[in-house]
Amino acid sequence: MTALPQYNFAYLDEQTKRMIRRAILKAIAIPGYQVPFSSREMPMPYGWGTGGVQVTASIIGPDDVLKVIDQGADDTTNAVSIRAFFAKVAQVQTTTHTAEASIIQTRHRIPEKPLTEGQVLVYQVPIPEPLRFLEPRETETRKMHALEEYGLMHVKLYEDIARHGRIATTYAYPVKVEGRYVMDPSPTPKFDNPKMHMSPALQLFGAGREHRIYAVPPYTEVVSLDFEDHPFEIQHFAEPCALCGATEVYLDEVILDDRGGHMFVCSDTDNCEERRQAGHVGSLGTGREAAE
Amino acid sequence: MIEPLLRVEGLTKYYGTRLGCADVSFELWPGEVLAIVGESGSGKTTLLNSLSATLEPSSGRTLYRMRDEQWRNIYELSEAERRFLVRTDWGFVHQNPADGLRMNVSAGANVGERLMAVGDRHYGHIRETALDWLGRVEIAADRIDDQPRSFSGGMRQRLQIARNLVTGPRLVFMDEPTGGLDVSVQARLLDLLRGLVGELGLAAIVVTHDLAVARLLSHRMMVMKDGRVIEAGLTDRVLDDPREPYTQLLVSSILQV
Repeated sequence: MTALPQYNFAYLDEQTKRMIRRAILKAIAIPGYQVPFSSREMPMPYGWGTGGVQVTASIIGPDDVLKVIDQGADDTTNAVSIRAFFAKVAQVQTTTHTAEASIIQTRHRIPEKPLTEGQVLVYQVPIPEPLRFLEPRETETRKMHALEEYGLMHVKLYEDIARHGRIATTYAYPVKVEGRYVMDPSPTPKFDNPKMHMSPALQLFGAGREHRIYAVPPYTEVVSLDFEDHPFEIQHFAEPCALCGATEVYLDEVILDDRGGHMFVCSDTDNCEERRQAGHVGSLGTGREAAE
Repeated sequence: MIEPLLRVEGLTKYYGTRLGCADVSFELWPGEVLAIVGESGSGKTTLLNSLSATLEPSSGRTLYRMRDEQWRNIYELSEAERRFLVRTDWGFVHQNPADGLRMNVSAGANVGERLMAVGDRHYGHIRETALDWLGRVEIAADRIDDQPRSFSGGMRQRLQIARNLVTGPRLVFMDEPTGGLDVSVQARLLDLLRGLVGELGLAAIVVTHDLAVARLLSHRMMVMKDGRVIEAGLTDRVLDDPREPYTQLLVSSILQV
């Protein structure tokens, strides 16, 4: 018997990777435009990041360092299993530290630590079409993108204000890329929208089920849509992170007991840990990490 | 001297070998309401859809005087130009309001959509304009945030009219605007339409099988049969003194109560 059959490097075969790379190149050339690609079956269900995994598999090399986050956390099931997947099929080094990673695959968040040139942020996108819930016909939405007919996007924001008195869309908040295409930044909170603007890192978006790839090249203008009298605003939190005391970061609410006890903690676990190691302590933090 | 707004020359539409409408020519003047009447299958709707660039005719031209006074054949406009024309300078009132409205967004957003499509980005202004238009079509201001699916048929039709007129179009196409409404609601809608058309100086092309609608709304009318215009003239003349045997039949078929 010869050796058992092996996976190709990074799971996908070379022809598939070439096909996806061509789609990525086209996406980078036309910022915000959704490029169709022939999405493959991956060894995980749709909705778990099959699009992001295919993009990562196509761009990853043996020298890359991979970080995977889900809801900002490095230690959730999805993040752990995708990290383990690439450690196995591409033998790449993995990390939880934002600064050390060359490729960061994400669902929902952009790391708090500013990204740098040379880093690639890969988003897992469930529904790439920002106009989808307003216009169900794909033929029509493509035409609207082609002719830059984006009035409908404002109809959605109008509805928000009419119903809630303010723009109540808090995630998947539509943006206009480089003054041309309206893009859905995937289910990231709108808190992260300003980080996409003029980012030094390359941002790639993969939607596996919908067979679409789109991109925001480094230093590209990304503007959140709004009304003149209801300008775009990010979320604000009344209290700092309970563990590390950080302000101006995105917080998750954690329920502590069944008597209404709760706390707000950093959604970006790596950022929170680094801060605690540097000696920052929040109201419920122990400060033990610093002592260790 | 006033120029016509629309000039139709030899418009013909075949569906395969079957005739939709044949060799229709006419001119429409600013502020004029033209009714197209005839029985089912006579080619009225084919003609309307061809005129409004929803269908491409087999032959013939439809020239439209754009806002910059240029005459353009609407079938030779680029798709972007045509779509822009359709949502700014034209209106289309469908027989079934669900075809012309977004049923899952509020009445205010339905009226405001065209404004946002042409670049209005001021919420307060959009809302104010929507309120004004709802008032003009007699929809109570407190219904502005309700979805059209909670509206009655007559209200939906009035909302559709407001949605079309908000950008100040110069030409409105209407396909059986009172179809499917009961007579008292029809009367109110016709009253409203007649008022708006007069007040705004709109030109309109109204397709209807209801001669009463033609009588109330239109200045001129065309009678169609088997895809051809068999008689055209001032509405009162055609209805009071029909010349063609078919028109005489049509006029005498009206039920008297």
